[in-house]
Amino acid sequence: MKLELSVNGRVHHAEVSPWRRLLDVLREDLALTGTKEGCGEGECGACTVLLDGEPVNSCLVTASQCQGRELLTVEGLAAERDGQELLHAVQRQLVACGGAQCGICTPGIAVCAKYVVDRGALAGVSDDAARAQVRELLAGNICRCTGYQLIVEAVVAAAREVAPDAPTAPTGGGPR
Amino acid sequence: MTEYLRPRTLAEALAARAAHPDWLPIAGGTDVLVSAPHRPAPKGLLDLWRLPELGGITEEGGGLRVGAGVTWLEVQRDARVRARASILVDAAREIGALQIQARGTVGGNLATSSPVGDSLPVLLALEAELELASTRGVRRLPYPQFCTGYRKTALAPDELITAIVLPPLAPGAHLRWRKVGTRRAQSISKVMGAAAIYVDAGVVRRATVAFGAVADRPVRLAAVEAAVAGLPCADASAAARAAVASSISPITDVRSQRDYRLLVAENLVARFFAGLDASA
Repeated sequence: MKLELSVNGRVHHAEVSPWRRLLDVLREDLALTGTKEGCGEGECGACTVLLDGEPVNSCLVTASQCQGRELLTVEGLAAERDGQELLHAVQRQLVACGGAQCGICTPGIAVCAKYVVDRGALAGVSDDAARAQVRELLAGNICRCTGYQLIVEAVVAAAREVAPDAPTAPTGGGPR
Repeated sequence: MTEYLRPRTLAEALAARAAHPDWLPIAGGTDVLVSAPHRPAPKGLLDLWRLPELGGITEEGGGLRVGAGVTWLEVQRDARVRARASILVDAAREIGALQIQARGTVGGNLATSSPVGDSLPVLLALEAELELASTRGVRRLPYPQFCTGYRKTALAPDELITAIVLPPLAPGAHLRWRKVGTRRAQSISKVMGAAAIYVDAGVVRRATVAFGAVADRPVRLAAVEAAVAGLPCADASAAARAAVASSISPITDVRSQRDYRLLVAENLVARFFAGLDASA
């Protein structure tokens, strides 16, 4: 089928089988290789993208289901200002805190963290509660290098940067 | 080549389902797309994601009607579900992780009806009914009549699951849920259970107890329910525990062992009925 895909605010055209995974179409047809394949079974989160603003595993979505919807991949996280690339707060903080090693999980973590941070989910809660929430909300993003500590710190730091005291929007999760 | 159709209305979806019973209905796809590259492509996809009539949570007869297309993240965000069916929210938070909860739907968990489907013991304990629709009409089935065996359901080839209906919660209800697995997120359960325990004046009037991963399908524990009915709260925990072994016969498989599952189920049931007086 002919497909019109809106990715990072740009419309792309592709001819795909309706059964093809979004992950494959992003990487192979659109050459957006920032999105990584880890497990291919929805366990690891490396392939996380935002679909209509919500985090999904792109290995568990068909590209056909994304027609007419908005996609955001790791390539779309940074903004552009005066011809300069301006990294999103989660990207800057992952760098600043050292929240990355081999890098396979990083794009998925950055995308999922953007969702968490931009919703203001961590605003108005203590740092300890914020760390616990990040651990629950990012539980679907597996990292085999870092031990998570610096990733969690980076996400909390990014949240403080983006929304120092914005009201808390329901994200799911929350204190147990 | 796989065909693809995204119906705009339920009527259109039901007509397509009747015309193409061999097409795969797909909503979030979190189950049917696992290992998609290694599976034969289906003949067609009937894309139900965000079909308006399958969305939304509404009040109905004092209870709640939850559309089959509602995601687990939407379940968590709904204040009415939190207030009246807290254990459905608890289960929703432990289905996969955020990415799965944002995409997986109530109807999808039911359609697969795996013995380890995380929401299913909750729906059994809450005595939810399924609403099934086809071009022939609409019918309602309680879950025990819907799931007829290992991943087998009573869904007709021309039917779609359109909603679940949760009856009004009777007074004095204590709702319980617990999933046991290797980690809270992502891992498939070794054992999970849910209970609705109705207490009045220090006595357990009635209880519904349901478990997953202890039989070929999610099941109610009839012997446990019978053992506790009419007992003072203080005696319920021990009586419930003693009745578990005669209720279930779990198997040993890659995820766990028979003896472990039985012991965990006994411990969970005992815990469900413990402290009912204190938390009344």
